[in-house]
Amino acid sequence: MSKYLVDKFLFTIDRDPDLVERYREDPRGTVAWWEAEQANVILNCHGGERSTWLSFTDPERDALRTHDYVTLFELGAHNFLLLTLFIALFERDYAEPLAFQREFAARLGHWHLPYPDIST
Amino acid sequence: MATIAAIIASTHHPFYLRASTATGDERPPFADEWAAKIEAFRETLTRARPDVLVMVGSDHFHQLWLDNMPQFLVGKAPFYDANYYNEEREFGLPKMKLRGDEDLSAHLLRGGIDAGFDLAFSNELRVDHSITCPIITLRPQADLPIVPVYTNIFAPPMPQPKRFVELGQAIRALVESWPSDQRVAIIGTGHLSLELGGPRQFGPHGPDPEFDRKAVAWIGSSDLDAALAEVSLDSLWQPGNATHGFMDFLLMMGVAGKNVKADYADSLDLFHTMEAYFTWYPGGAS
Repeated sequence: MSKYLVDKFLFTIDRDPDLVERYREDPRGTVAWWEAEQANVILNCHGGERSTWLSFTDPERDALRTHDYVTLFELGAHNFLLLTLFIALFERDYAEPLAFQREFAARLGHWHLPYPDIST
Repeated sequence: MATIAAIIASTHHPFYLRASTATGDERPPFADEWAAKIEAFRETLTRARPDVLVMVGSDHFHQLWLDNMPQFLVGKAPFYDANYYNEEREFGLPKMKLRGDEDLSAHLLRGGIDAGFDLAFSNELRVDHSITCPIITLRPQADLPIVPVYTNIFAPPMPQPKRFVELGQAIRALVESWPSDQRVAIIGTGHLSLELGGPRQFGPHGPDPEFDRKAVAWIGSSDLDAALAEVSLDSLWQPGNATHGFMDFLLMMGVAGKNVKADYADSLDLFHTMEAYFTWYPGGAS
C-alpha cells in the first residue's frame, strides 16, 4: 500500500493547471507518465537526487487511471486532496452549483464511521 | 510591553468573498445576512485599533507537504505572498501580499522554543486561505503586518488537543512580554463540524449540529475543561472528517484564557458548515 504516493499524485496534479487538464483528458496516459517520471521526485530536491522506491499498487493505479474517487477514498487517499482535485476535474460538467459535490457524497453514502484511515 | 488589543476566534469560509460580492441571480439568498454579520464582526477588530496581527491558521497542503510536515510553524519573513492557484480556481480568491513583522516573529520563535515548543520556522512562506479569509472578513484593506502561525490539523499524526491549548497560552504570554509599544490582535481560525471528501459533505447544515451547538458554547465561555473532556484526536472524526480544525479554536481558547467569556459572540447556520465568530478584549472593551 502506498497511500503517500497516491496523495503525492493528487497533490502535484491539483496544484498545476496544465496537469489538471491533462489528467481530465487522458487519465491513463497521465498516470503512466507521472509514475515513470514524477513519482520519485523529491519535491524540494533537484532532479538528480531522487527516491528510488516509490510505485503504485495495482488497485491504486487502476483507481487513478479510471478517476475512481470512491475506490481512492476506500484506499485511504486524503479526503481533502481527493475532493479538491475532483472538483477541479468534474464540477464544470454539472449545471447546478454543488451538484458534483453532492453526487460525490452520495456515491460514498454506503460509508459509515470509521472511514478508511488516511494516516501516511 | 505590547498590548493585546483583541483576541479573535472565527471559522474561515472560503466562499465568503464570492458570496458577498455576487450580484443579481448569482447572489445566494443567505449573502445579505452573512455580510451583515461579517461587517459587525469586523467592527470588533476595527475598534480595537490593532497595529499588528498574529494570524493562527493551517496550511491546506499548499506549501507544507507530507515529505516534511511541521506540527507548529511560525513564519518569519518581511512579506507573505498569499493564495494559491487552486484557491483562485475553486473559491475565486485573489492573489494577495501581506507585510510581515519579523521582530514579533523572532520573539515568538525564541520564546516559544525556550518554553518547550520546538517550533518550525519559515523565511519564505506563501500563506493560504486560512490566513487570507480572516483578512478578507476582518481587515479587507490588508494593511497591517502579520505573523503567521501554522498548525497541523490536517495530516495524522497530529498534536494532542491539549497541546493546542498550551501553545495558545504560550502565545498569549509571549505577546504580552514582547518589548514593544504595539497593539497586537491575535486572530485564529478553525472549523466546527466539517466534512470534506466524505459522505456527509455539503449538506444543508454542518454534518453535526449537536457538536456545533456544544462547541459554540465551549468557545463563547472558553470552557476548556468541558471541551477537553469531550474532545480527543479520535473523537474529532465523529462530527465530520475535517473537524480537527476545531483544535485551532482550542488554541484560541488558550489565548483567551480558561473560563473567560467572549465579549462578542455570533454564529450563522449555513449550508455545509456553521459559521461562528468570537472576540475578547483582555484590557476591557476599547
